[in-house]
Amino acid sequence: MKVLIGLEIHIQLTSLASKLFCSTHSNYREGNPNTYVCPVCLGLPGTLPVVNRKAIEYAIAVAKALNCEISDRVVFVRKHYFYPDLPKNYQISQYDGPGFTPIARNGYIKIFSNGRTKFIRIRRINIEEDPGKIHYIGGIEEAQYSLVDYNRSGIPLLEIVTEPDIDSPKEARIFLDKLIAILEYLGAVDTALEGSFRVDANISIEGYGRVEIKNIGSIKDVEKALMYEIVRQKRIVEQGGTIARETRHWDERKGITVPLRAKEFEEDYRYFPDPDLPPIRISNEVVNRILSRLPELPDQRIERFIMQYNLDEYRATVLVLNKWLADFFEEGTKIYSNYKRLADVLITDFLRWVKELSLDVKKLSVKPHDIVKLLELLDRGVLSIKMVKELMPQVIRGEIDIDEYIRAMGYTRIDDEQYLEQIALETVRENPKAVEDALRNPKAINFLIGAIMKKTGGRADPQKTRDILMKILNSRRM
Amino acid sequence: MPVYRLIDEFSSDVYKVFEYVDSIYDRIERVEGKVRAFITIIPKEQVYNYVENLIKNYGSKNLPKLFGVMIGVKDNISTKGIRTTCGSRMLESYIPPYDATVIEKLKNTGVIIHGKTNMDEFAMGSTTETSAFYPTKNPWDLNRVPGGSSGGSGAALAAGEASIALGSDTGGSIRNPAAYTMVYGLKPTYGLVSRYGLIAYASSMDQIGPMARNTTDLALLLTVISGNDPRDSTSLPISTTNYIESLNEQLHKEPRLRIGILRELFEGSDDSVRTVAYGCIDKLCSYHECTDISMPYTREAVAAYYIIAMAEASSNLSRYDGIRYGLKVPVEGRSWVDVYTEVRTRGFGYEVKKRVALGAYVLSMGYRDMYYIRALRFRRMLKENIDTIFNKVDVVASPTMPIPPPKLGEFFEDPLKIYLADVSTVIANLTGYPAISVPAGFWNGLPVGLQLMSKPLSESMLLYLSAQLEEMTKLRDLIAEV
Repeated sequence: MKVLIGLEIHIQLTSLASKLFCSTHSNYREGNPNTYVCPVCLGLPGTLPVVNRKAIEYAIAVAKALNCEISDRVVFVRKHYFYPDLPKNYQISQYDGPGFTPIARNGYIKIFSNGRTKFIRIRRINIEEDPGKIHYIGGIEEAQYSLVDYNRSGIPLLEIVTEPDIDSPKEARIFLDKLIAILEYLGAVDTALEGSFRVDANISIEGYGRVEIKNIGSIKDVEKALMYEIVRQKRIVEQGGTIARETRHWDERKGITVPLRAKEFEEDYRYFPDPDLPPIRISNEVVNRILSRLPELPDQRIERFIMQYNLDEYRATVLVLNKWLADFFEEGTKIYSNYKRLADVLITDFLRWVKELSLDVKKLSVKPHDIVKLLELLDRGVLSIKMVKELMPQVIRGEIDIDEYIRAMGYTRIDDEQYLEQIALETVRENPKAVEDALRNPKAINFLIGAIMKKTGGRADPQKTRDILMKILNSRRM
Repeated sequence: MPVYRLIDEFSSDVYKVFEYVDSIYDRIERVEGKVRAFITIIPKEQVYNYVENLIKNYGSKNLPKLFGVMIGVKDNISTKGIRTTCGSRMLESYIPPYDATVIEKLKNTGVIIHGKTNMDEFAMGSTTETSAFYPTKNPWDLNRVPGGSSGGSGAALAAGEASIALGSDTGGSIRNPAAYTMVYGLKPTYGLVSRYGLIAYASSMDQIGPMARNTTDLALLLTVISGNDPRDSTSLPISTTNYIESLNEQLHKEPRLRIGILRELFEGSDDSVRTVAYGCIDKLCSYHECTDISMPYTREAVAAYYIIAMAEASSNLSRYDGIRYGLKVPVEGRSWVDVYTEVRTRGFGYEVKKRVALGAYVLSMGYRDMYYIRALRFRRMLKENIDTIFNKVDVVASPTMPIPPPKLGEFFEDPLKIYLADVSTVIANLTGYPAISVPAGFWNGLPVGLQLMSKPLSESMLLYLSAQLEEMTKLRDLIAEV
C-alpha cells in the first residue's frame, strides 16, 4: 500500500524585530499575556495594517532558497473564520487562485533518502499573520474555561506547502531536517523557540481518503504521528473499512491521533483581496539584491565540505545539517588538519553527548580548540581513544581544563620503562605457559601484552610494552 | 460666525473663546432636544478646562491655527478617551485608547471636539434613521431626515450646534446630508485623508471629509486633515496642500472650466430637485463652458456599489464578537459560538445584519463570480468610462440627491427607493474621485444640493467652483430656525 504524505509547515520569522502589520515587538515570549499588543494587532475598530517590508524580504529569501518562482507582486487576502484567537475574525493571508497569488510557487528541496537523491516539490509559500493563543485551563478536553493571549497575534508566519511527494515518516523527518537547516542558514527562524515551528501533515493511503493531522510541534512528533496514523489507516483498510476525510489532533502525551472534526466539504473562507493592503510590486532588482545577499546554503556547503576537506557525502551532510556543528568543524580545521578524524569525533561522540545532555548549542562553552587538543593528545599517543571518549562529556560541559586534568588524574600513558619492566617481569612470572608459547610463536606475545594492559587499566604504552617484553623473552632464549 | 472670522477674533482676544463656547452650548441646550444631532456631548466644564490648558500650554500669543473652533466629529472616527459608538449598540460603551490620525491633526491645531455626532449604524444608511439610539431630525423640517449617514454632522451645522464637522463618505454619506441640510460637504480623493482610526464600513471606498457652512471653512478643514499617513497603506504619497491658498489662487485667476452636465441624473430627479439644480447650473454656465454628457449604467453603478460595500462590510464587521471590547453578554458555562451569536444578534441592528448577511453571500463559493467579481469588473469599466468623460470636461455636475429629504420613516417603507437615491453619489466612491455637494437652493423650504465631481486630487478646482457658486447664491453660513 503506497502512502502519500504532504506537509504544511508554519514557521515564525523569529528574527524580525516587529510584527507583520504593526510595530509591536515580536519577542512576545518574554512578556506576560496580552502585553505585547497594540490597537492594530488587537484588531481594534479603525486600525489598519501596514506591511513590515523586512518580512517580505525574508519570504523572498526563503522562497529563493527553496528554488521557488517568485511572484511579481505581494497580494494579501482576508481569510474569514470565527475563532477567539483571531482578533479580526479574519486572518490576513495569501491565496493561490484566480486573481490571487502566493508570494512564491513551484519550488523543491533536494533530500537524500533511502540511499538516493530525491526531490520533494514545494507547491507554494504564503506569508500570513499568526493568530493569538488560546490557553485551555486544565487541558483541551477537561477545561472549564479558556483564556486568550494575543501576544502572538500578528507575528509573521511563512506557510510552506509541499506536494504529497513524501512516502514515509522517516522521509518526512529527513525532509524537515533539511528544511529547518535551510531556514537556519538563512537566519529566518530560531526553531529552539517554543511554537516557532508547527506542522500540519496530510496523509493518505493511495486510493483512500486524506486525513489531516493538525499542529504538530516538533520533527520527532511528526514522525511519530505519521507512524501511528499509517498503522491506524492500514488496519482499517485491511479490515475492509474506508477512511473518512477528517482532521485529527496529535496527542503528544498519549502518542495517538484523535479526531477533531469531520471534513465533508471544503470550508468557505470567503477569500477576497484585503482592501487595506494594496498589492506591492516585487521588482527584479529587489529579488536580485536579496539573491546577492543570500548566505551559503546547505547544499552548497555540503559540496564544499566534500571538496575542501575531502569528506564523504554522509559526513559532510551530517555536519552541515547541524549548522552550529559545521561552524564548529570549520573553526577546528583552521588549527587541525586531520579533517576526517575531526569530523568523526564531532558527528559521533561530540554530537551524541550534546544531544544526550540536552545542551543548548548556543550556550556551549566548549571551543573547537578544546576538541582539537584532545585529538592532538590522541595523535601523540598521550591519550587513548577510550580516554578521549570518556573525557568527552566533561570537555563539552566545560568542566575541566584538559592539561590540568590529565596531570591530576594520572590519566597519562605509562611510559616509565622501569615501571613497565617491573610489571612485565611480574606478568612473565605469572604466565609460564604463555611465555613458552611466545618463545615458539612470536604472535603469541599479544597474550602477554594483553595481560599487562589489564594490570595497567589500558594505560601501558603499547610500543614500549612490546619492546620490553621482547627484551625479556630474548634474554630467556639465550 | 464663519470659522475663518472666529480665528481672527480669538487671535486678537483669546478670552472671546469662552463667550463663543457659551453661545454654542446655549444653542445646543435650545435645539438639541428637537434635532438630536449628537450621540455624545462633552460637558461644558470639560471644554472650559481643555481651553484653559491650551492657553496655559501655548501661551495666549502662540495659539495654534484653529484654536477654540468647535467641531462635531462623526461617531465612527476614533477619539481617545471619548466613546465612539459608530451608532451601534455593539459599541455603545466602547472608548478607544487611541486617536484617529485626523483627530491627532485636529488636536494639534487647537480645535475643540465638543461632541460626537449621530449617524446610521456603522454608516449603513442614508437617513441617520438606522442609528441604534435615535434618528436625527432635519433642522430645516423636523419631520424629515437630515440625510446620512453623516446626518448628525450635517444637522449639527444646520442647527448651529457646531462650527465645522467631520463626516465620512462611502457612498455619499457626506454629500447626501450636506445637500439635505444646506451645508458644504466634500468627499476627497480616495487616499487624500488618512483612514487610520475611521471605523471601517467598506474600506476601498471609505473616506473622511470636511463639512462646513461655507467654502472657506471647508478648505480650512480639508487643509488640516489631508496628507500622507504612514499608518494607512492606501494613503496617497503626496505632500500637504494649503487649500485656502490654492482656492484664493484659483479665485484670483478665475479659470473658465468645462462643465459636463449629466443629463440622465437631472432627468431622473424629482421636478423640485431638477428645477433648483438647473437654476444653479445656469449660474455656473454663465461663466463656464457647459456641455451635456451622458453616462449609461448609472443604475448598475448603485448595484455594484452595494455589492462591493456589503462584501467588504461583512468582512470588516466580523471583528465584533464582544470578546475584547464592545457589547458584553454572560459567558459562564457557554460555548464561544453561543456567546458570539448572542453578541451579534443583540449588538447589530436590522440594516447591519442585512448587509453583513448579503455581503457574506456575495463572497461565498458559487456566488462570488456572479456578484462580487462582476461588480469589480463593472467598477473597472465605470472608471474607464469616467476617464473618457474627463478627457472632455473638467467637472461633472448633477443633483447631489435626486429626491428632496425623505420624511422620517419613509426609508423603512421603501428601502429600495432610498438605496436608488444614491445613484449620483456612489460613482465618486466606486472610482475614488473627489466630489463636493454645494447648496443649490430651497424648494418649498427644503434644501437642494448640487454635486460637482472631478479628477483625482483636483479638490482645489471643486473648492473654486463651490466658492464661485456660493458667491452667486449667497447660500452661506445658514442656520435653521428650529
